[in-house]
Amino acid sequence: MDKLIEVLQQLVNGVSLGSIYALIALGYTMVYGVLRFINFAHGDIYMLGAYSGFLLAPLFAQTFKFGEFDTFTPENTLFILCGAGLVMVLSMAICAGIGVLIERIAYRPLRERPRLNVLITAIGVSLFLQNMTQYRLGADPKAFPQLIPVHVVEGLGNLTILTSQLAIIIATVILLIILRFVVMRTKLGLAMRALSLNPTACSIMGVNNDIVISFTFALGSALAAAAGILVSMDSPSINPLMGNLPGIKAFVAAVLGGIGNIPGAALGGLIIGILETFVVAIGFPQWRDGIAFAVLIVILLFKPTGILGRVEREKV
Amino acid sequence: MLKSLMLEIQELEVAYGSIIALHRISLLVATGKIITLIGSNGAGKSTTLRSVSGLIRARRGKILFEGEEITNRAPHSIVGMGITQVPEGRMIFSNLTVLENLQMGAYRRKATAEIKKEYDHMFEIFPRLKEREKQVAGTLSGGEQQMLAIARALMSKPRFLMLDEPSLGIAPILVKTIFSKIVEINQQLGITILLVEQNANLALEISDYGYVLETGRIILEDKSAALRVNSLVKEAYLGG
Repeated sequence: MDKLIEVLQQLVNGVSLGSIYALIALGYTMVYGVLRFINFAHGDIYMLGAYSGFLLAPLFAQTFKFGEFDTFTPENTLFILCGAGLVMVLSMAICAGIGVLIERIAYRPLRERPRLNVLITAIGVSLFLQNMTQYRLGADPKAFPQLIPVHVVEGLGNLTILTSQLAIIIATVILLIILRFVVMRTKLGLAMRALSLNPTACSIMGVNNDIVISFTFALGSALAAAAGILVSMDSPSINPLMGNLPGIKAFVAAVLGGIGNIPGAALGGLIIGILETFVVAIGFPQWRDGIAFAVLIVILLFKPTGILGRVEREKV
Repeated sequence: MLKSLMLEIQELEVAYGSIIALHRISLLVATGKIITLIGSNGAGKSTTLRSVSGLIRARRGKILFEGEEITNRAPHSIVGMGITQVPEGRMIFSNLTVLENLQMGAYRRKATAEIKKEYDHMFEIFPRLKEREKQVAGTLSGGEQQMLAIARALMSKPRFLMLDEPSLGIAPILVKTIFSKIVEINQQLGITILLVEQNANLALEISDYGYVLETGRIILEDKSAALRVNSLVKEAYLGG
């Protein structure tokens, strides 16, 4: 029985960590879908999401009494969630704008050039974002303001789930449902899917491909920003380089799920998160960061198209 | 005469890098007609359509649509003017359903109710598509995909439709059907058509006027009926 609880416990930890990777991985995979390139600056959008929250929270601290509640109660829950939700949505909007701007300034001029150029540019953008943040806001870690009270959720017996973990999982589920609606049911979502299948055909249908590409960057960046806020609720120390490792791991997650495949990215993120948690739990903590790369090597060797990815047929 | 011109290409020159694909070609498409552009592989037929659609830049020359210059405009705004093409190789969205493909065709249109009616209209013209409505387009046969590509193009309510090799890679029985549909689209919907074909026989049969393109130059033009008996055309494109 204790073993079962232990496994369940690690599973919850893994799912909440994996949710973060999933949210970031979606941006990699969607941008790859429409442009066939890996946006290596994407992890830094996640970092900027956390910093946006860090800068925004003080503006609403008084109104929403950030940090004044010690626990969730039936009376204050809605109030707290509104405050945290507001900071999150605004940060998502800011980062969506930054994502669109980056594509406009740095990537679009290179659209017709060899793909390696834009890949190198993406690495440049990543370094720029990291160093600019260090320069403007300092290289030292900052304490992320408390948006929600973090404590153990009661009534779960021996299972220890923090409110912050629960917030991550629930918010991720909501965001995935919204994303699915946008991609499957809206006109722009349809155009996104069409563009990823055939950009030329898309433009002769009267689609302005640039708008769809901007929209894709906005969507991906917003999700990464949400991940940045959510993770900071759980471990409230942020720094300008915090996007590096999660960014790379989320990239692995996107490849694992099948790059370009949206459900695949979510699945890949969860798998990487769970694996990482279990590797630590069974006594190999030194493998914590290594496991994602081990997975990458295995997937590239045995199923390079990823779990849900399809082989792309060469166009004649 | 001038008022009834749908498309006018003047001295169009297009190049891929240093290779010139079109050497100052000129071509007229009269409103309401079916005009064909025939020629062998690599003659520049698709390049001509691509430049009208704005997919490739013209180096020289002009393209006028109903008197208005559209040279080098963005592809999406050209569609907005009422010009659509059914591209070579069909280019249907293989992972989207038949209905979603049609939806993409109507991308620039706003009136949802009207679009819904238009689906039914398409299914009337191509009943085969109705049966496959919810199916992923990649699972259709070549002929069905061609029908879908044509229906998808019609969803934008074009006044001018360009078709690039609609007979390519399709079973002979279906080719007949598709060509009769092209005539139907022209006569019943009143859409002007520019038809690019390697199958000169069929193309000259249904068209009013034809141009013969050879290595980027128009070498011959005449009424289709006249081209069919032209000895040069007969020898080179109609199999003797």
